[in-house]
Amino acid sequence: MPGLEDLYREIILDHYRNPRNRGELETPPAHRVEGFNPLCGDEIVVYVDVEGGKITDIKIGGQGCSISQSSASMMSSAVKGKTVEEARALTRAFKALMTIHESRLDGGDGSGTDTPTPDPEVKLGDLEALQGVVKFPVRIKCATLSWNTLAQGLDEVATP
Amino acid sequence: MAMNLDVHAIRKDFPIFDVVRERPLVFLDSAASSQKPRAVIDAMTEYYETTHANVHRGVYAIAEEATARYESARARIGRFVNAPSEREILFSKNVTESMNLVAQSWGRANLRAGDAVVLTQMEHHANIVPWLMLKEQLGIELRYVGLTDDGVLDLSNLDELLDGAKAFSFTAASNVLGTLNPVRALADRAHAAGAVVIVDAAQFVPHMTTDVQAMGADLLAWTGHKMLGPTGVGVLWGREELLDTMPPFLGGGDMIRDVRLDGFVPNELPWKFEAGTPPIAEVIGLGVACDELERYGLDAIREHEKQVTGYAIRTLTERFGDDFTVHGPLDVEQRGGVLSFAFKGLHPHDVSQVLDESGVCVRAGHHCAKPLIRCLGVGATARASFYVYNDEADVDALAAALDRCGDFFGL
Repeated sequence: MPGLEDLYREIILDHYRNPRNRGELETPPAHRVEGFNPLCGDEIVVYVDVEGGKITDIKIGGQGCSISQSSASMMSSAVKGKTVEEARALTRAFKALMTIHESRLDGGDGSGTDTPTPDPEVKLGDLEALQGVVKFPVRIKCATLSWNTLAQGLDEVATP
Repeated sequence: MAMNLDVHAIRKDFPIFDVVRERPLVFLDSAASSQKPRAVIDAMTEYYETTHANVHRGVYAIAEEATARYESARARIGRFVNAPSEREILFSKNVTESMNLVAQSWGRANLRAGDAVVLTQMEHHANIVPWLMLKEQLGIELRYVGLTDDGVLDLSNLDELLDGAKAFSFTAASNVLGTLNPVRALADRAHAAGAVVIVDAAQFVPHMTTDVQAMGADLLAWTGHKMLGPTGVGVLWGREELLDTMPPFLGGGDMIRDVRLDGFVPNELPWKFEAGTPPIAEVIGLGVACDELERYGLDAIREHEKQVTGYAIRTLTERFGDDFTVHGPLDVEQRGGVLSFAFKGLHPHDVSQVLDESGVCVRAGHHCAKPLIRCLGVGATARASFYVYNDEADVDALAAALDRCGDFFGL
């Protein structure tokens, strides 16, 4: 049985207690997008400023549990200053981490699943701390909420 | 004076508490779904093992026996709520389906564009969404009774809201706040205004003596799985004269008397509203759940829940002070055994996750009552709920687990 330490790693708690990039950006020029987790009522607002194909600034608003809040905080730190393409690659890599098949956790090879293949060049760094969330399936949506919201925002910026 | 519940003995009736686990099960989520006693599980198994056949069809012995058991359970369940006739007891899947039945059958037959239906801001989605669908379909108007800061209905403008309204549909007991609403008084005022009275009694029927005749409603819905019965069976009680005027909801097998290529004649009550093969084993199980609840004593159950809920409110507020906030009334006379709370500013999901580490099961989220949750100004709540197998030791386990929760998050 997975323990709480698998879920609430120290770096996650740190981002929860001291969220990075919390706030709002003026719209326009920034783009504002909302995300909801209908199961638990978590709401997130992502403000993203894209200039010349680069995420020049990002702010996070809304409310949610420690997992959704810390994931949003880590996401904002990870994509700020990156190009849109780099942010999309990071999103794919993070979502692949979140959809990892349980058999992998138990030592299997995870083959035969529809797990998206992440670009091996993409380094998740601190974000790997969220890997333990996979052992608590109902919390996966909390962790992916901000990423899905960012992806939606970047799509909207690309095709206004 | 009601006898006290012997919780120690009652727990022995529930096999789930016998399962050997890493940590003993502290189950505080009966408002979502109760546990099942051995008698209910055995009755359903025995039915399947000895006499299962479809009901109302076969003329062979086991089909006759299945029909007899199904219909006698209907009568049993009718007696449980003091229904004048078993023809007034209709089986559905759950309260959500019953409310859809009411909206689509009674609503479509009786409401026109601009007609008003009154609801309250403390309703479960089951008593909001079917009406919102009808609003989209027919253009009806929905009016809402508001709440006071204490989590009770604000009745100051009720006459205004009821003026010209065709129906008043409200919960007997809030699944978030625990608030017990004055059903009889509300029904009388609605009737005086000429409105039909519909009651969501999902959190009421399992916990105290229910007398549908004394409560004064026209239609009243509850569900089996919150009262020791199985999932998959809900009950809708309605006054016979009203049910007789309502058209069928779902069409198909069992609900008809005759079918031609160009039309059909519906069956009589209660089968008019029971399309297709019903949940036979579930209805039989629910009949036995009624036996068990009456063996414990409904008045004793109510007294017991008041005692445990009062103990919980006292213990947790004394121990945690301002770090622990109850949503809803504090007076146990005004509330049932549903206790929603906020703890140290932590998100309910995090609270619930850490409590689980101590074997304590509480619900976290919006409890299918998003308008109410918005009204409370929070995103979600944690909710502990008490039933026949819970006692003060469970409250102590909750308090100890909350302590660990605060420690874990460094608060």
